[in-house]
Amino acid sequence: MKLHEYQSKALLRQYGIPVPDSEVVEGVDAAVVAAANLAEKGYTRFAVKAQVHAGGRGKGGGIKLADSPNEAGELTGAMLGSQLVTPQTGPEGVPIRKVLIEGGADIANELYLGITIDRSKKRPVIIASTEGGIEIEEVAANEPEKIHNEWIKPGWGLETFEAAGVAYALELEGKTHRAAIPIIRKLAEMFVDLSASLVEINPLIVTDDGNVVALDAKINIDDNVLFRRPDLEAMRDHSEEDELEIAAAEHSLSYISLEGTVGCMVNGAGLAMATMDEILLAGGTPANFLDVGGGASVERVAAAFQILMQAPALNSVLINIFGGIVRCDRVAKGIIEALQTVEVTTPVTVRLQGTNAEEGRKLLQESSLEFIVAATLDEAARKAVEAGR
Amino acid sequence: MSILVDADSRVLVQGITGTEGSFHTRQCIDYGTKVVAGVTPGKGGQTFDDTVPVFNTVAEAQTETDADVSLIFVPPMFAADAIKEAAAAGVRLALCITEGIPALDMVEALAYCLDRGTRVIGPNCPGVISPGKCKAGIMPGFVHEQGIVGVISRSGTLTYEAVDQLTRVGLGQSTSVGIGGDPVNGTSFRDCLEMFAEDEETKGVVLIGEIGGSAEEEAAEYLADDYPLPVVAFIAGRSAPPGKRMGHAGAIIAGGKGTADEKMRVLSEAGATVVESPSVIGDAMTEILGGD
Repeated sequence: MKLHEYQSKALLRQYGIPVPDSEVVEGVDAAVVAAANLAEKGYTRFAVKAQVHAGGRGKGGGIKLADSPNEAGELTGAMLGSQLVTPQTGPEGVPIRKVLIEGGADIANELYLGITIDRSKKRPVIIASTEGGIEIEEVAANEPEKIHNEWIKPGWGLETFEAAGVAYALELEGKTHRAAIPIIRKLAEMFVDLSASLVEINPLIVTDDGNVVALDAKINIDDNVLFRRPDLEAMRDHSEEDELEIAAAEHSLSYISLEGTVGCMVNGAGLAMATMDEILLAGGTPANFLDVGGGASVERVAAAFQILMQAPALNSVLINIFGGIVRCDRVAKGIIEALQTVEVTTPVTVRLQGTNAEEGRKLLQESSLEFIVAATLDEAARKAVEAGR
Repeated sequence: MSILVDADSRVLVQGITGTEGSFHTRQCIDYGTKVVAGVTPGKGGQTFDDTVPVFNTVAEAQTETDADVSLIFVPPMFAADAIKEAAAAGVRLALCITEGIPALDMVEALAYCLDRGTRVIGPNCPGVISPGKCKAGIMPGFVHEQGIVGVISRSGTLTYEAVDQLTRVGLGQSTSVGIGGDPVNGTSFRDCLEMFAEDEETKGVVLIGEIGGSAEEEAAEYLADDYPLPVVAFIAGRSAPPGKRMGHAGAIIAGGKGTADEKMRVLSEAGATVVESPSVIGDAMTEILGGD
């Protein structure tokens, strides 16, 4: 789950990591008031920052600077309700619903500080670079020697000397070095406390007077931890997510909207991806990724079908079930039940294999509904693509 | 021979009385697996299906039955603790089926298991089967057949596809290992490749990877160094868009890294036969090893 910048900064503040004063607003008047409040605190410039989940906001015009509260209001007015197009959003962009009004900082130096999980070392890793303010992937590709890593030991956390090492790698000295150590340690502590999958401060700035401040912040939370963290779940912004994906999540289904025409319902993420790949090989395009998952009940499969039917360009449906933890008879019951409640306007190709597959096929055959039946994955993909033409 | 589990493996099931745990325990017993104990806290003293004694703790179960493999069906909230409990009790191999365990819980559990010498497979995996000897997992037993191909996969159902084909072409499987779809897991492709290289029964390996992470790239690096067995590889997710998690917590193309095309390229350069469709895995292996 992605958090907005303003949510991420609120968390940083809780951990004592310095961030500029700021306020999130949803209207022009509120923006002017927020900037005026910042002016009273001594700020003379005001950043107006679109709060969307997509990255690359600066490149898309989602971050602007104002010299007065009124200008901050004008910039806010132009942003709110408009579509922000960044390298990460696609051509249609994403709507801006909230902006952050933030006190402008004097930047002497821009650094990068992030933490993610190193999958091959099986522990969190700190990523630090003197090259802040640009995408870290770019630094990794062009100047890998400018990236410093420090791994966090499971159960121990980050030691002071390790944080000091990171701060030296950032080429910090004296007062600034001393200021950075607790920031790096607190960030490591926060990563573990939140069960984050990513925390990223880019840029982490050194101000003209030698202070260290998080100018931007991005936090992603491990979806698997939300069941025990209602406080974090409450920070979810549904308006930033795909409607069908939200509906799917409510039924514990894993669904991703795509732009093709052949709808897929598959059990298992790997097989679902392979089914999409096979549709491409057969000359078609997948309309979605949909994993009905383990322990699929009749209700879940029926819900999956209802979601599938809402894909805009759908002309065919391919159901591919290889029974292991999901029993094919359960899936067959779900398909039959769903087709009694959902209006299906496209041909449905079904392939069942594995645990209780025979019982499942029998249930489908004994129903009064029409199915195209296939034995293998490539045959199923070919038939589904043909049926849609 | 085979790897990880064989006819002598003594399996205990953590979460044996749950819906999935009980269903799959029965399937394992029907297959011929020696399921010697079950563990469900609070249900110690009961007997599962009149045959398998149930204990409150893994320590008790292990002491009483000498189990060396644990099959774990515990819900995500308690699963990392269940893995640690298996390791603390001295179980050699912990197979965790559970999906949805927080990655940092696994980071801690795996560090704990490493200290105690317990190998973890998974989580979010179908388990391990050495056909004809032992099925310790949720895979449908009947698609498998004892044979000469080792199978390693991050997926569940996609593995059954490959296995089904290997059975149909008459090659069968020595052992099929589902290493799981999570970003942090106990056993890697590379670990399994090493074990298969040492196994006399295994004459070839099928590797089924997917987008995300660098486990396939690490496997390729290892394969390039004169790996003794032929490898057929398939990578799922060529059609997946970047930045989207494709079901598996670990299946995401991030920052341009972990794409299917890149993984296919490095595996191919390392000498593996990379196939574009999972439908031809069986045929590709037959071409290399010769069929019946």
